[in-house]
Amino acid sequence: MSSFAVRLRPAGGPWTDRQAAWRLGAVACLVLLIIVLMVVFVAVRAWPTLQHNGGLAWLGHGGDVDRQVNGMITTSRTPPATAYHLKAWPLVYGTLLTTLVAVAVGLVFAVFSAIFIVEFAPRRLRTVVVPAVRLLAAVPSVIYGLIGILVLAPFVGRHLITPERRASVQFIVQLDGTGVLVAVVILTVMITPIMIAIIVDALIAIPSGWREGASALGANRWEAIWGVSVRAARPAIVAAAVLATARALGEAVMISMVSGSRGFSPKPQDGVTFLFEPIRSLAASMVENVDAINAPAIRSTVYAFALLLLLSSLVLSIGGYVAKLPMRRQGIRI
Amino acid sequence: MVTPVLDRPPAGAAPSPLRPKPKRDSPRDWRWSHRLAFAAAWGCGLALCAVAAAIVGYMGYRGLQYLDLGLLTSRPEASLKQDEAGGILDPVLGTLLLTVLGIGIATPLGVVSAVWLVEYGKPRALARAVESGIEVVAGTPDIVIAIFGLAIFQQSIFAPLSFTASGGGVFGRSFLAAGTMMSLIALPLIFGATREGLLAVGALTREASWALGKTRICTVREVLLPQVRPNIATGAALGMGRIVGDTAIVVVLLGATLQIEPQDGIPGIGLLRGTGSTLTSYVYGASPAGEGNAPQKAYAAAFVLLLIVLLLNAAVDAIARRSSRKAS
Repeated sequence: MSSFAVRLRPAGGPWTDRQAAWRLGAVACLVLLIIVLMVVFVAVRAWPTLQHNGGLAWLGHGGDVDRQVNGMITTSRTPPATAYHLKAWPLVYGTLLTTLVAVAVGLVFAVFSAIFIVEFAPRRLRTVVVPAVRLLAAVPSVIYGLIGILVLAPFVGRHLITPERRASVQFIVQLDGTGVLVAVVILTVMITPIMIAIIVDALIAIPSGWREGASALGANRWEAIWGVSVRAARPAIVAAAVLATARALGEAVMISMVSGSRGFSPKPQDGVTFLFEPIRSLAASMVENVDAINAPAIRSTVYAFALLLLLSSLVLSIGGYVAKLPMRRQGIRI
Repeated sequence: MVTPVLDRPPAGAAPSPLRPKPKRDSPRDWRWSHRLAFAAAWGCGLALCAVAAAIVGYMGYRGLQYLDLGLLTSRPEASLKQDEAGGILDPVLGTLLLTVLGIGIATPLGVVSAVWLVEYGKPRALARAVESGIEVVAGTPDIVIAIFGLAIFQQSIFAPLSFTASGGGVFGRSFLAAGTMMSLIALPLIFGATREGLLAVGALTREASWALGKTRICTVREVLLPQVRPNIATGAALGMGRIVGDTAIVVVLLGATLQIEPQDGIPGIGLLRGTGSTLTSYVYGASPAGEGNAPQKAYAAAFVLLLIVLLLNAAVDAIARRSSRKAS
């Protein structure tokens, strides 16, 4: 070990503490520089789209967004202002729809699973559940996407979508199994482990005296868990939801594989058909258009999507950090 | 010494309890709504296990069905027919190269940032900004990081680092570009693990070293870093898992060409400047969503990918177990 340390010693004498603080601090501040650069670079490249569409009006709805984006590919090197025309509401809607539903469903699952892991699971079972959660969190998104497109979507297409249902909308969209339902189900499976990890950490960190106090006052075990532990861990639950939202918003590859990839806004009033209609999210359309990124109008559009995602994830990350503060103030570090 | 009569238990009878025995607190005695919640918790926990088992089981079944040695050792070919699409040698090598690059850049940065934050951390406001900055990077979607990397590496000063078209256009795609951006998604994990490790080292350890006349930086190098090495290893393994599993950065910044295509020039550098693919981009391309449409190849590659991720997970476990055994 000492030889290792000797090798690490820099030439030109050992650093003084003042030098070390400066040098290490400079490296640590790189991350702030990267964030600033990220916002600046993405914003600069997104500027033409914002400029030619009048600020945030491109978030509105009107026309077929797929056709608008595909039209940009063919424009010349110096496209006219009209080439930037974009109404991206279907993409925003697709992103929000999948994210919010997945987070809402996943949160319920996550809270109960976390309670199970911390309070109810017998020791033996816990040594199975915890690695299972870690595994689900570690599985690459492309594998989830593969399972979605090769297993779930064909199943939905074959068994859940009746021919009549398919015929009823065949002039508007093709229902082939990929769509809202599969995307939401897989997204839920993907983000639930992230939430479980945060909530489990918080539940473990709650001092057991608090729960014992409730028991001493006559609460049964569930009342003590729900009324004291879960209640005290509320900031962590909020943080988990917020951070999972950030993760779900940016999920590109999996959504691109299983969502049908069509800039379409499914309408809830369609009833059950709604579940099978295709969507397209912002992140997915970025991945799909990256090959055409040398066309100026496409580039600006893709960077506008990136800017939107970047700013929302920035707000959500800081929101998650702030949400955890009340627990830190009580001396619980999560 | 004789105890007073009143305090003595009556002969032959068991001592009567001072208060009634508490009611049993088993779910069977709970109100039905609490019992329902109890069942829901069990259900969710078991469902998690079932989903994980189903994914691993299904991928394992499909992988073993389609994977063979020839597939692992032959290079992929562009073909519409699945039988002629070749193997997955290049994606496997690409994954390894990219992981080494990314983790090689991320580890020093993450460790140094964590050391500065815990051991120096002055001014406080800056330290807090760095800490939340890293959380921001952790929360940034990989596709945004990828597209940001494209904007950076398309700048002409970085042209020597990446694939350049024959006409002189800078494409900003190479192993170097992808590796640099991959380091950003591994950085928060290494930073977090190192920080937790440093915070767990007791104050006495530091004070003992200072009392011997060591400077702070010397303490870090010779006392603290060797102690938190398991934490750094854990963070690095987690980071490698993230890099191995990432698709968006590969598709955007590595070009996702089927074969590894080195640039001309010095062999090693040319490789780093060249484009290629990884297992993730191969799976994406070979799935029905991509152009290849070779589901059997996609299953085989996904199986290899899952194996790598499982191995890294096991490594994290092994490190944790070893260091906890050493501590006790």
